[in-house]
Amino acid sequence: MIYLDEAATTPLRRDVLAAMGPYLGPTFGNPSSHHEVGEAARRGLEQARADAATVLGARPAEVTFTSGGTEGANAAVKGIALAEPRGRHVVVSAVEHPAVLESARWLGRLGYEVTELGVDERGLVRPDDLAAVLRDDTTLVSIQHASNEVGTVQPVAELAAVAAERSVPIHTDAVQSAAWPDHDPGVDVSRLGVQALSLSAHKIGGPKGVGLLWVRRGTRLEPLVHGGGQQDGRRSGTEDVAGAVGLAAALRLASAATPAAAEVADRRDRFVQAVITGVPGAALTGHPTSRLPGHASFVLPGRSGESVLLDLERRGVVCSSGSACHAGSDEPSHVLVAMGVAPEVAQTAVRFTFGRSTTDEQLAEAAEALADVCRAR
Amino acid sequence: MTSSDSGPTAYLDHAATTPMHPEAAQVLAEQLARTGNASSLHASGRAARRVVEESREVIAECLGGRPSEVVFTSGGTEANNLAIKGLYWARHDEDATRDRVLFSSIEHHALLDPVTWLAAHEGARIDTTPVDRQGRVVVERLREQVESDPASVAVVTTMWANNEMGTVQPVADVVALARAHDVPVHSDAVQAAGYLPLDFAASGLDAMTVTAHKLGGPVGVGALLVRREVAPVPLVHGGGQERDLRSGTVGVALIASFARALEVTKQHQAATSARIEALRTRLVEGIVRVVPDAVVNGDPEPGPDHRLPNIAHVTFPGCEGDAMLMLLDAQGVEVSTGSACQAGVPQPSHVLLAMGYDDDAARGSLRLSLGHTSTEADVDRLLAVLPRVHERALRASLVRSR
Repeated sequence: MIYLDEAATTPLRRDVLAAMGPYLGPTFGNPSSHHEVGEAARRGLEQARADAATVLGARPAEVTFTSGGTEGANAAVKGIALAEPRGRHVVVSAVEHPAVLESARWLGRLGYEVTELGVDERGLVRPDDLAAVLRDDTTLVSIQHASNEVGTVQPVAELAAVAAERSVPIHTDAVQSAAWPDHDPGVDVSRLGVQALSLSAHKIGGPKGVGLLWVRRGTRLEPLVHGGGQQDGRRSGTEDVAGAVGLAAALRLASAATPAAAEVADRRDRFVQAVITGVPGAALTGHPTSRLPGHASFVLPGRSGESVLLDLERRGVVCSSGSACHAGSDEPSHVLVAMGVAPEVAQTAVRFTFGRSTTDEQLAEAAEALADVCRAR
Repeated sequence: MTSSDSGPTAYLDHAATTPMHPEAAQVLAEQLARTGNASSLHASGRAARRVVEESREVIAECLGGRPSEVVFTSGGTEANNLAIKGLYWARHDEDATRDRVLFSSIEHHALLDPVTWLAAHEGARIDTTPVDRQGRVVVERLREQVESDPASVAVVTTMWANNEMGTVQPVADVVALARAHDVPVHSDAVQAAGYLPLDFAASGLDAMTVTAHKLGGPVGVGALLVRREVAPVPLVHGGGQERDLRSGTVGVALIASFARALEVTKQHQAATSARIEALRTRLVEGIVRVVPDAVVNGDPEPGPDHRLPNIAHVTFPGCEGDAMLMLLDAQGVEVSTGSACQAGVPQPSHVLLAMGYDDDAARGSLRLSLGHTSTEADVDRLLAVLPRVHERALRASLVRSR
């Protein structure tokens, strides 16, 4: 089987599981307990926080562990907006993941005004468009770092500079980009210039059920989950130490991983070329160059995306139509529609997402399988 | 006193967290090695979804609910937040005059803090129900609170068993009186689920919180059981997983491990609880023998309507609980002064104060909690070091008060 659905979830890395091991066994303590087994768990937790902060170029105290990317996005969008430093207007892009979009819409039900920024045909948010909608009462901007569906990497640093000019905090959902710390500008928060960033472990070789929210010191945040006051009151609940350790290990491994992101991007370009050549009518969706290294997404006009997926799976190639959350739905992708793709064409989307260990040979085989499948129809 | 090196530690803090059942740890390791997003349509996604749905069935079966009533969360705190905020929002959205939240004065912070937030942030009116000297909700007082203006009550919550005292609450009575006015009731059963037989359907509750790591499963997963007729407003929005009540990619391995832990717990629950009750008897009798002025708090009577079998809460007059905790830790005996979330914070327990104890008693107390791995040797180790620890703690506070 060739697994090309790493944007949905990635295999857990062996070294990550090894790092988690002690905290699933002898070091099982509750990090809030003030005895030795509790203190040992606390040391593991704080080391994980420090390690994660190092990869982000941040301070450990700015890192809050969450139950995953969705919680992180909810905590950032609702948390910063509810803290209300400026007013009741929030700006998101129209191509955000539902975790951000639905959080913003929930704020809408509370009386917030939500602006959904459009994108160009390659999925990019234009900094001028952002500048045009910012107001004195804009309290938050949330724009993803990279698209899960079409792989487009947003000019987050430029967008952040626009927001900074008006002193509006900006959150970026880095769930998809976190696997590529070496793909400029990576997840270095000072280079991105954002005030908040969320990511998830299971998209980068870590376990499901854990993620982190980074919030720059001085940014006000209303907690989403209240209780025992863990993590400086930012996120209550007994900390999942094994999960946090797994997340930190996965981030560390990703930042030192080989081959380099640029090499994976070359592989992707060869794959894209093979698909375009082999499948008449196939078109790349998203940006051709400003995109995730391991991400190739297409529309196949005139064909049924779902049946192509089934045929591919029969031939041992596992991929998806777009977002896993959306799988099985008849609705066309909101991302493709926002990019101006006709709904009937959007329904022919096929997405191949892969990691550093995916080889040229595997990608060539996948391209060939796709061409065969499409020829047979 | 020197640090002890006579063998492994005696862990008497299972109410904070308990080691994983080996079977649950094995399931976790197996499932972590498998890749699949339960929302994906391909084979690995379908396999992941099957594991999640089978686990949901096991958990429902063990807790007397239906599979569709099990909503997975990241743990007890999140489940409590979803229940209390979500039910408040849903009821208040339906009818803005429903703005009261009634809760017992001995709830865990995972319930108290979201309730306080509802008051501070959402304009809810909140009312605590008092407890008696054993730490049990006074149902007649709750009845007065509800009946004074039943139409204004958004939600009532009473924990199943208290985490510091082990006192079991009169959940059936609370449900009966709230039901009469169609008011939904939630119960935090985090501490009870491992040690008492729970039947969600029979309880009449609308929502009930459980978490894995208090019963031999992993940290980072729990569930809110929610009756199908009840629709709390979600806390976490997004992809619409978990009946749209809780978005986010579900942690397949955590969930499978949770189900296995609960299954193992339920298979042996009657025998384990009896064994632990006997250990507790050995513990409290031993404590009172070696420290005659020690006072065991809460409900003395065992049984599922009275007290959890695994928790002993003891006041040592004239001592600081924190000092005893540290001295015991140095001797390899791990205990708590109350809930782990507040451990180390020099504040008297709100639970003891609610029960009518004064600050001194509240500060001079320890919670000793047993679990599935506890042995007579653990108890005996505590009893062996307790006289010297107690004497030293007593001397320390005499010096301080001089």
